[in-house]
Amino acid sequence: MSVDVGLPPAPPPAPPKAQKAVVRPGDRIFFGASVGAGITILIVLAGVALFLFIEAWPAITADSSELPNQESLVKYIAPLAFGTVLGATIAVIIAAPMAIAIALYITHYAPPRLAGVLGLAIDLLAAVPSIVYGLWGIFVLAPHSVALSRWLEGNLGFLPFFDGPPSATGRTMLVVGIVLAVMILPVITAVSREVFKQTPQLHQEAALALGATRWEMIRMTVLPFGRSGVISGAMLGLGRALGETMAVAIVLSTADVVSFDLISSQNSGTIAANIALDFPESSGVKVNALIASGLVLFAITLAVNMVARAIINRRREFSGAN
Amino acid sequence: MAKRIDVDQLNIYYKDFLAVEDVSMNIEARSVTAFIGPSGCGKSTLLRSLNRMHEVIPGARVEGKVVIDGQDLYAPNVDPVGVRRSVGMVFQKPNPFPTMSIRENVAAGLKLNGTKLRKATIDELVERSLVGANLWNEVKDRLDKPGAGLSGGQQQRLCIARAIAVQPDVLLMDEPCSALDPISTLAVEELISELRQNYTIVIVTHNMQQAARVSDRCAFFNIAGTGKPGKLIEMGPTQKIFSTPSVKATEDYISGRFG
Amino acid sequence: MTSPPNPPPPNPPSAQPRYPVRVDLPAHANGGPNGDTPDYPGDPISEPYATLTAVAPAPELPSVPMTAERLPRWAGWAVPLGFTLGGLLALPSGISPGLVLPVVMIVSAAFIYLWSRSVEGARYALDRLVTAIVTSAFLIAMIPLVSVTWTVVDRGTGRFDWDFFSESMRGIVGAGGGGYHAITGTLIVTALACVISIPIGLLCAIYLVEYGKDNRLSRWLTFFVDVMAGIPSIVAGLFAYALFVHISGPGVRMGIVGAVALSVLMIPVLVRATVEMLKIVPNELREASLALGVPTWRTIAKIVIPTSLGGIAASVTLAVARIIGETAPLLITLGITTGTNFNPFSERMATLPVFAYTQNQTPGIARNGMGPPGFDRAWTAALILIMIVMALNLLGRLIARLFAPKTGR
Repeated sequence: MSVDVGLPPAPPPAPPKAQKAVVRPGDRIFFGASVGAGITILIVLAGVALFLFIEAWPAITADSSELPNQESLVKYIAPLAFGTVLGATIAVIIAAPMAIAIALYITHYAPPRLAGVLGLAIDLLAAVPSIVYGLWGIFVLAPHSVALSRWLEGNLGFLPFFDGPPSATGRTMLVVGIVLAVMILPVITAVSREVFKQTPQLHQEAALALGATRWEMIRMTVLPFGRSGVISGAMLGLGRALGETMAVAIVLSTADVVSFDLISSQNSGTIAANIALDFPESSGVKVNALIASGLVLFAITLAVNMVARAIINRRREFSGAN
Repeated sequence: MAKRIDVDQLNIYYKDFLAVEDVSMNIEARSVTAFIGPSGCGKSTLLRSLNRMHEVIPGARVEGKVVIDGQDLYAPNVDPVGVRRSVGMVFQKPNPFPTMSIRENVAAGLKLNGTKLRKATIDELVERSLVGANLWNEVKDRLDKPGAGLSGGQQQRLCIARAIAVQPDVLLMDEPCSALDPISTLAVEELISELRQNYTIVIVTHNMQQAARVSDRCAFFNIAGTGKPGKLIEMGPTQKIFSTPSVKATEDYISGRFG
Repeated sequence: MTSPPNPPPPNPPSAQPRYPVRVDLPAHANGGPNGDTPDYPGDPISEPYATLTAVAPAPELPSVPMTAERLPRWAGWAVPLGFTLGGLLALPSGISPGLVLPVVMIVSAAFIYLWSRSVEGARYALDRLVTAIVTSAFLIAMIPLVSVTWTVVDRGTGRFDWDFFSESMRGIVGAGGGGYHAITGTLIVTALACVISIPIGLLCAIYLVEYGKDNRLSRWLTFFVDVMAGIPSIVAGLFAYALFVHISGPGVRMGIVGAVALSVLMIPVLVRATVEMLKIVPNELREASLALGVPTWRTIAKIVIPTSLGGIAASVTLAVARIIGETAPLLITLGITTGTNFNPFSERMATLPVFAYTQNQTPGIARNGMGPPGFDRAWTAALILIMIVMALNLLGRLIARLFAPKTGR
């Protein structure tokens, strides 16, 4: 608000000078190094795709007789891709509801003083190396699963998933799904916990003031508010499960089949586990075929992760605006 | 349906900290009672203890009695969920549920029943509540749009509609206009004057003029200093409090000498 | 407290209507509440408020009484406790413990639901049921953590002896030998990965927080760092292999290849954690320094980094914890060997996770009533790994907490 008090008009602002701001050498070096680091990361990511493609190329163009299955690359990778998606899907189906419940328990049910410790316990689940989960899966979970598999075959055998015959060792897709579920549980829980915690206190109080019970309050405010966050968390978990290698390589007994049967000893392998199992003994075009399957895995996980991140970022902008 | 509230020797604590000390007062039915006083004197705390909302904050507890219609709210067999159903609340900042439409917002409380209401009944109650909150004409064409798209004043009236939709006996308002512009404030104040005919209203306000405009009776709270508990200094008809208060502190506060 | 029908608002005649009173809402005569209220010609929106003067009583709501019959306070914990005791008593009869737990949980939840439903009504019963489900879910999630920890400690202590830390597997057939070569290999490869990742990761984080300021490059960078965090570890291994095939030829197995693969996994973790830590540094500190005429880079080097040093240390610790247990990329880039190799630029190198894996896959032959010796070595390697990882995790969190900048909240 300028008030005209009769002063002479201010001189026009000086024309923008062509001179550049002083840039100190220290600033230039520091800035250059940090930009360089950022660009390096982008180059590495592009390099991952590029080098995988270059090394996959010989397998794509190779004669069918040179390939591991002596047929075609597509027929080689397709059952593996199927197994990968199947195992990861089971894991998410088991882990996502559990993770939502656990996140709710930590944010809204547990005594506030305990909540931090409980969250840490869940985070430590994520810290256990996958090789340890693999050993645990084969030595502990698999033997215990045999009885469950028999029961499933006896009572739910009419479903294609529990067709049987049940494996006697427990090295089944079902056990892989459960191990993967344990491994991705902390990922989904962490994201869900974060969004549930962000539910504004105002809205929660509004629901309580209307006479809602705790669960009704959660259903009215916390769950709708956190929905997109939970979805993206589940997708991050899916991405993790798709790429998990060692636990699957140790536990699963595979055959060259495409089967929805989760409890038999004839399972489709997964891309990642197949690479780990075959890579050390492969040479020539077989290595290239394995790298080609790795490229497919890379593409699948990249797509899943990008969608998940896009959802999270959109949500962040949305909540930041309010 | 409107009911009187009798507060008897109420002490309110946060953990070991005594926030409000020894408050006794009667709040008349079908009238507007305003709580005034400097910041931190426990007005809002007391208000929230009238529908057991204060216990949402961990560590908060109460000694004494709050009697509505012969029922002590802090008796052992009392259910806070039922209390909040009978004693509605409007908050400082408008807080419509962001994921719900205008219609769903008003109907939110109605759905919290053991039995399902018919859709026609819900629609009628939604319309009634919106009319009652002076909002119907402004939103009737966009009931399915999100409640967050309304202006601040409209949102606050939507929250009032949401609160009266469940047909409470008492309506508590915690500085309902402090986040609103003057025009929206006027609309809400108009609404309060109308709602007085059907509800017992208790309003916390920092705005002296507002207390004078909307309230029938007025209660002045004060604290001796930080860390000391808030106390009820005096209570009476608004006209008397604002013209001839019996305590010096009240006069000082109202005439703007502190607070 | 019953809610009588809403009496029509009196609208006393003495009241001076500030706005023209209008009879609205003719009790939904024509077709329910969605029937259009008639338009008032010549009276558009100019007049915002309508006064309710309708006569129809409001529909009655089911009453919600203030007092309610509630379950006793102890119901919440006593019921599951009782059924757990019952389940424990049933154990000697030969029921599998794996079956007892779910049965106890389901029976407790069902019992408390039905009890609550008969005493408190459906709404509370549902509330209690959800509480039971959510609590059970948490307890179930604890089972694998406890089981993994217990199994690893139980089976891993068998070979947790001095030999394991001092001997390699060179010339060992059957029992004996140790993981010395694998421990040194893991330390070398992890250290190399840190040398590559830490400068790149920290500088990138500094760019994002101090220079990027939400410009286009920084937004893309943030997005791709997040995406990079989702790269499967085996793919990172394949990338490192594919890269070094062009340098050293096919079939390459070297420590440095594994370190590059681990760096791909470590950098995004490091960047994300460090960004969070740098963001905590209060802006006032930067502005105070800049206002004194200190150049940006010196402000970062002398103010921002020292302030968040604890946080950065915590980020590095957590990032190391993330990669030190990685198996898959090392399996295909380093392979395994029986002897100790200190040179990461030539030949194969053993590492703890790969050692655990190969010992499990080729455990050797059981002899003298003992299990296959490889299993014991695998579990001991797993025990050492899990100890390292847990220690790093707790250490990282501790550092982050101890050195968090004091913000006056």
